[in-house]
Amino acid sequence: MTGILIYLIILLITAFLSPILISKGGKTAPWLLGMVSAAGFAWLLGFTGYISEGNSLNYTIEWLPELYLNFSLYLDGLSLFFALLVTGMGALVLVFSGNYMKPYAMKHRFFFLILLFEFAMLGMVLSGNLFTMFIFWELTSVSSFLLVGFNHEKPEARNAALQALLITVAGGLAMMAGFIMLGQMAGTLEINQLLKSGDIIRNHPHYLPALLLVLAGAFTKSAQFPFHFWLPGAMQAPSPVSAYLHSATMVKAGIYLLMRLSPVMGGTPEWKYILTITGAITMILGGYFAYSQTDFKKVLAYTTISALGTLVLMLGIDTDISIKAAIIFLLVHALYKGALFMIAGLIDKSVGSRDLRKIGGLNKVMPVASLAAIISLLSMAGLPPMIGFIGKELIYEAKFALPDIGNLLLVAGVMTNIIMVAISLALIFNLFLGPLKYPGERPTRPAFALRVGPSLLAGISLIFGLFPATVADFLLSPAIKSIRPSIDSFKLSLWHGFNEVLLVSFITVAAGVVLFLLYRKINPMLTHLNTEVITFRFADAFNKGLNVFLYLTKRKTSFIQSGYQRFYLMAIFIMTSVLAWYQLIYTWPEIESISFSRPGMFEMIILLLIVSSTIIAVLIRSRLAAILSLGAVGYGIGLLFIVYGAIDVAITLMLAETLVLVLFMVVIYHLPKFTNFSSKASRLRDAAVALLVGGFMTGLVLKAGQLNLNPKISDFYVENAIPLAHGSNIVNVILVDFRALDTLGEITVLVIAAIGVVALLKLKTKKGSAT
Amino acid sequence: METLLAIVIGLLYAAGVYLLLRRSIVKLILGIMFFSHATNLLIFVAGGLHKGQPQFATDGINAVSANPTDPLPQALILTAIVIGFGITAFFLALMYRFYQATGTEDLDELKEGENK
Repeated sequence: MTGILIYLIILLITAFLSPILISKGGKTAPWLLGMVSAAGFAWLLGFTGYISEGNSLNYTIEWLPELYLNFSLYLDGLSLFFALLVTGMGALVLVFSGNYMKPYAMKHRFFFLILLFEFAMLGMVLSGNLFTMFIFWELTSVSSFLLVGFNHEKPEARNAALQALLITVAGGLAMMAGFIMLGQMAGTLEINQLLKSGDIIRNHPHYLPALLLVLAGAFTKSAQFPFHFWLPGAMQAPSPVSAYLHSATMVKAGIYLLMRLSPVMGGTPEWKYILTITGAITMILGGYFAYSQTDFKKVLAYTTISALGTLVLMLGIDTDISIKAAIIFLLVHALYKGALFMIAGLIDKSVGSRDLRKIGGLNKVMPVASLAAIISLLSMAGLPPMIGFIGKELIYEAKFALPDIGNLLLVAGVMTNIIMVAISLALIFNLFLGPLKYPGERPTRPAFALRVGPSLLAGISLIFGLFPATVADFLLSPAIKSIRPSIDSFKLSLWHGFNEVLLVSFITVAAGVVLFLLYRKINPMLTHLNTEVITFRFADAFNKGLNVFLYLTKRKTSFIQSGYQRFYLMAIFIMTSVLAWYQLIYTWPEIESISFSRPGMFEMIILLLIVSSTIIAVLIRSRLAAILSLGAVGYGIGLLFIVYGAIDVAITLMLAETLVLVLFMVVIYHLPKFTNFSSKASRLRDAAVALLVGGFMTGLVLKAGQLNLNPKISDFYVENAIPLAHGSNIVNVILVDFRALDTLGEITVLVIAAIGVVALLKLKTKKGSAT
Repeated sequence: METLLAIVIGLLYAAGVYLLLRRSIVKLILGIMFFSHATNLLIFVAGGLHKGQPQFATDGINAVSANPTDPLPQALILTAIVIGFGITAFFLALMYRFYQATGTEDLDELKEGENK
C-alpha cells in the first residue's frame, strides 16, 4: 500500500517536472508522460487478483486522530475500478494532448494542470479517510477551474471556469459539513470503519441533514439538475480536458462518492426518493437538450449529463441489479464518451469547426477515427454487440424489477434511450457517413497520436461487449461487492434470451430510428424553441444571482466602510456603550446600598473648575482658550490627587500637563484657526453619542466602587516595601523596584515617541514645505 | 463624593467622545487628552478614595492598617500619565506634519484625497 502512496508522489513530481519536459523534450515528451500514467495503470492492474478475492488494503498516517483527521489510503474493488479508469484514461488523454495542444503557446502549463488533476483524482478515489478525500476533491475542482479557463483570453472561458468552480466548490463546502456530521455520528472518518457503521448513521437523528449536505457535494460535482448547467459551459476547455475531466473521470467523482457511501447512508426512503427523482429529471433533461444542439461538443456534454442522471437514478433504485447496472454503465460511458470527446477534438482540429450542420461524410478523410467514432456511438446507442448494449439491458432490467414507480421510470428511461439512439444514428449518418461536407479547407488526415486514444477505447468497447464475462470477473465484480457485499456471483452476457427487456430494447431502437429520420426536421425547430421561445437559461440566472450578490455586497461594504474615521469611531462607541448599557441595567439591582463620603467645600470647588473648564474646552471657538481650559482640567485633576493623598501622581500629572501645554503652544501657531465643519444636526448626533458613552462610564464607576477588589496584591507591596525594597514611598518603590521592568517598558515607549517626534519634525516634505 | 466624581468622569468621557467625532484634527487631539484624563481619574476612583496622608510605609509590621490608601492604582496612573504624555507629544508632531503635508486640518479630506 505504501507503493500507492509513492506512485501518487511520483505523479505529483511528474506534474511539476512536466513543463520543463514539454518545452525541452519535443515530440516524445507527451508519450513519456503518458507512460508514467500507463505504468500506474499496469501496476494497479496487478492488484486485481488480490482484490477480487475480497481483500482490501488500508494505509493510514495519523494526523489529528482526535478530530478523526488522518491521511489514509484505501484500496478495494470500487477504488481500484476508479483508479484504473483514472490512470488508463489519463495515459490516453496525455498522448492525445501531445498532438492536440501543439499550437498552444501555453502547452507546458496545460500538461502540468492535467497531471495535477490526475494526481488529485487518483488521490480522491484512493482516499481512505473522508477528509483526505475532501482535500483531493477540492483539488480536482481547482484544477478543473484552471483547465476550463485555459483559454483565458476568451471571456466565455473565464466565465465558464468561474461558474464551474463556484458551483462545485460550494457543493464541496456543503459536503465537508456533511462529512463532519458523519464523523460525529460514527466517531470516525475512516472509510473502512464507516462501512461498518451504516446502521448507526442511518438511525441517527442527524441523518437527513448529513445526507442532504453530502448529496449537495455529489450532485454539484456530477452536474445533476438543477446544477447541471456548469457542465456544458465547461466545454470551453480544450477537448482533451472535456474527454478526461468532464466525461470520464471528474464528473464521476460525485457518482463515486454516492457509491462509496451507499453502504453507509444508502437504502433509506430519503436516499431512494432524492436520488431517483433527481437522477430521472437530469436524465431526461440531458437527453432533450442533447437532441436539440448543433455543436458536437455540446451534444456530447448534454448526453454526459443524461448519463450521469442515469447513474444517480440507478444508485437511487438501490437494488442488486441496479448497482450492477450502475457500475457497468459507468464503464460503458467512460469508454464511449472519452473516445467521442477525443474525436470531437480531432474533428475540431482538422476541420476547424464542430457545427453538425456544416460537417459530414468524414469517413472519406479520416477512416480510422470515423470507425472508432461509429463503434463508440453504437455503444452509446446501446446496440449489440457493444458493451453499451449490456449496460442498457441491465438498466432496463433494474427498472423492470421495481414495484410501484418503476413503470414511470421505465418510460423515462426508454424515452431517454430513444433519444440516445436517434442522436447516435444522426451522428453516424450525418457526421461520419454520407456526402463529404466541410466549411473551410479540405480536412487533413489526423495524426497517429490523435487516433490512438479513441481507437483503443472503441476497441475496448467492442471487446468487452463480445467477451463480457472476463471484465465482469476481474474488474466489475470486486467493485460491485464493495458497494454491496451480499452480491456474490456476477455474470454478464450479451445474449439474455427473449424476454420483456429485449422487447423494450426493440421498441427503443425502432422509435430511435423514427426519431433519427425526423432529426433534420425536429432539430431546427427545437433549436429555435431553445433559443427563441424558452429564454430562461440556468447559467444566466446563476450569473444574475451572482451579480445581485456582488452588488449587495458592494452596497453593504460601502455602507460599513464609509472611509471616514469619525464614523468608524462612532460605530465603535455606539456598539460598545449599547452593549455595556445592557449589561449595566441587567446587573444593576445586585448593587447594594452605597455609602458615599460627603464632599467638602474644597473638593466641590475643584470639581466645579473641572466641569466648567471641560465645557469651555469643548464649546469655545478659540484654540488657545480650548487648550488652556484643557490645562485647567488637568490641573484640577492634579489637585484632586493631592486631596486624596496621591502626591506623586499629582506631581507627575502637573509636570506632564505643563509640558503638553508648552508643546501645544509651539505647534498651534503653525495651524489654522478652528473651522466649523459640521452641521448642527451632526453636532447634536455626536453629542447624543457622547452622552451615551459618558453615561455608561458614570454607571461603570458607580458599580466599580462597589466591587470588593482583592487587596492582597497591594498588601504585599505595602508589607514588603521596607523589608525587600528598602524604601518607604510605596508608589515609588512599586515603580522602580517591584515593577521596574514595566517602567523600563514605559521609558522605551517614551524614547520611541521622542524618536518619532524628532523624525516627524526633521523630515522634509518632498514637495517642499506647505507653510 | 464618589457619585459626583463618577458624573465628572462621565462628563470628561463625553467631552472626549464629542471631540473625537469632530472633523478637525486639533479637536481630535483634544479629545484624546480628555480620554486620558478621564481614564486616570477612573482608575483612581476605582481604587477607593481616602482623604489625607499620602501612602508611606512606616514599618514593615503594621503598615497596612496605618495606611488605608491603595498604592497600586497610583502606580498604574503614574505609568499611564507618562505614556499619555508620550502619545500626546507624538500626536502633536504628527498633526503638525499632517497639516504641512496636506494643507488641511479636515480629516474627511483624507478620504476624498484617496479617491482622487
